[in-house]
Amino acid sequence: MKLTGAQILMKALKEEGVDTIFGYPGGAVLDIYDELSKTEMRHILVRHEQGAVHAADGYARAAGKTGVCLVTSGPGATNTVTGIASAYMDSIPIVIITGQVPTKLIGNDAFQEVDIVGITRPCTKHNYLVKNVANLATTIKEAFYIAGSGRPGPVLIDIPKDIVNDLAEYVSPEKVSLRSYNPTYNPNIKQINKVVKLIHKAVKPVIFAGGGIILSKAHAELTQFARKTRIPVTASLMGLGAFPASDPLWLGMIGMHGTYRSNMAIGECDLLIAVGVRFDDRVAGRTDTFASNAEIVHIDIDPTSIQKNISVSVPVVGDCKTTLEHLNKLIKKEDFGDIGQKCKGWLDKINEWKSTRPLAYTQSDIIKPQYVIDKLYELTKGKAIITTEVGQNQMWAAQYYHFDEPNHFITSGGLGCMGFGLPAAIGAQVACPDKIVVDVAGDGSIQMNIQEMATAVQYGLPINIVILNNQYLGMVRQWQELFYGKRYSSTSMEHAPDFVKLAEAYGAVGLRAVRPEEVEPVLSEGLSSPKTVIMEFVVAREESVYPMVPAGASITEMLLV
Amino acid sequence: MTAEKHVLSILVDNKPGVLSRIAGLFSGRGYNIESLSVAETMDPLVSRVTLVTKADAPVIEQIEKQLNKLINVIKVHDFTGAEYVQREMVLIKVTAKPEHRAEILRMVDIFRCKVVDVGMEHYTIETTGDQGKINAILNLLKPIGIKEIVKTGIIALLRDQYTKK
Repeated sequence: MKLTGAQILMKALKEEGVDTIFGYPGGAVLDIYDELSKTEMRHILVRHEQGAVHAADGYARAAGKTGVCLVTSGPGATNTVTGIASAYMDSIPIVIITGQVPTKLIGNDAFQEVDIVGITRPCTKHNYLVKNVANLATTIKEAFYIAGSGRPGPVLIDIPKDIVNDLAEYVSPEKVSLRSYNPTYNPNIKQINKVVKLIHKAVKPVIFAGGGIILSKAHAELTQFARKTRIPVTASLMGLGAFPASDPLWLGMIGMHGTYRSNMAIGECDLLIAVGVRFDDRVAGRTDTFASNAEIVHIDIDPTSIQKNISVSVPVVGDCKTTLEHLNKLIKKEDFGDIGQKCKGWLDKINEWKSTRPLAYTQSDIIKPQYVIDKLYELTKGKAIITTEVGQNQMWAAQYYHFDEPNHFITSGGLGCMGFGLPAAIGAQVACPDKIVVDVAGDGSIQMNIQEMATAVQYGLPINIVILNNQYLGMVRQWQELFYGKRYSSTSMEHAPDFVKLAEAYGAVGLRAVRPEEVEPVLSEGLSSPKTVIMEFVVAREESVYPMVPAGASITEMLLV
Repeated sequence: MTAEKHVLSILVDNKPGVLSRIAGLFSGRGYNIESLSVAETMDPLVSRVTLVTKADAPVIEQIEKQLNKLINVIKVHDFTGAEYVQREMVLIKVTAKPEHRAEILRMVDIFRCKVVDVGMEHYTIETTGDQGKINAILNLLKPIGIKEIVKTGIIALLRDQYTKK
């Protein structure tokens, strides 16, 4: 029996196990929406297409599966670009379905026509323009396979309006095989053996974990590996939750706003085992002085990440989970009895760094933003899924909320995309209805996609939005303070809406704390509310994020408070 | 580190948009394409892109890896250091006044080129060869007066390994 393109799309999505779509209808996708209404598929109507992609991103990370969004042609499609670029930088598997004008109008500057395949070529893992309905099912299958395998990423499928209505038999391959795409999952054993040798030799080893651990679900393997070898662990922003923050081997985050002991450990280590990372400039700073005393091992499924920014002594191309499994098997047989003794001096030194230069702030009679995050951690017992906007709020969340589990810290790491947190929280809450989901926001960032409040309220999502309101674009102000002689050019945000009234206007709950003693009660009330809540904390205006490595400096050259 | 010339032979899916993915990769990452030629292979589903670029060792490593990462790229082969044959074709429109005609034809003969068009005041010469030969004939014709040239860009194939010395 022949099906329409729209029916084929729904059937193919169902076969991929899709039960939730984030989207926004429009002319070119009317027929798809009509078909969608006849299925069991849950559709979350966002208020802006950028929100749809961020929500699919948050959903993908919280659920550990591929997220899906559906938007119309032209402006619907172009509005997704920022979200796609963010997902691409963070290697998040999402499939974006865009409507397109009918095939015969493509290239004619038709109403709401845009070459979205051309526009998104550099920020998708792959993309498709479907020109024949007979290829639609196969294309969808391929898209999901590409999005979710190897180094994951966003894949876009552009479907012209006539293809949606054309008829074809439903033909989909059992298995996708692309002769030009075969990610390497299994590491080279010789290289793995070299790693084991280096571990035996090292007296100051460090593991550097990245988002790749979380994407390949290698949390348990990494934890086992670190504990067996007694090697301390640091992580990138994307890697928070890859290793339990409550473990004594945990060093804290690395990089521009990393902990003192993490960054110092990188400066002094003699072996760095980097797993699922890409040595972003916000991590490595000056690359010529980064871990310059160390043999560097780099494990990554994406060969382009290896030797790109940092030259390494042992490159290992392979999936993080598979590679760590191999490593764990090897080291199981090895005797690491002397490691504790051999590396004792190293672990002692790290602990000394921690006690002399801990993450710190002084709570005065004005609310300190760090204090809010501290209390949030305490009250949620570290179990909440934290999404963030971008800037100081993001860094304080990363520093002061401690993650024991993967998929609990959802942030726009690579692109640093303001307006990410609220829609991502919507996606996470839809994926995990039983979890507490908190969007840690600044007063600037939250205003970038504040319209998604309506989405959260419409679907009864009990998202907690914690706004650290310093009436500034805080991180930019911090740079202006440090590097531009305190010339605060266009960073003051004194004219914000009344967030409490705004919450109420959307049908949500609005709470505000202006004094330190109000922080805890406001958080308790907000977190226990079954509704969408904005909690506004009026915080110290000129508080800065420390430690800080100035751009282009060595990682050990930190500004401390 | 010095930038060296690399001839990359890239087998790709013969599908629309694949060339722009490759070109976009180069422009987006700030690499330069010196020459490019593309056509279908014996297998109609596969095209061969022959691309010449200049890069130092770490950059050429990235270029190869990034090309391999493209979903439509089947195989990337850097011919640098291997034995290969390469050709490019050039059409040269040269001013041909009566007093120069004989000299031009002599050169065409020496270089085994062909005159493919004759006008009142010009010859158009077709020549193929490696870059050395092409530069040589261009240098000789320059004083006579080259009006226009067009080059195809390099195409290259590895020599058969059994014929290697």
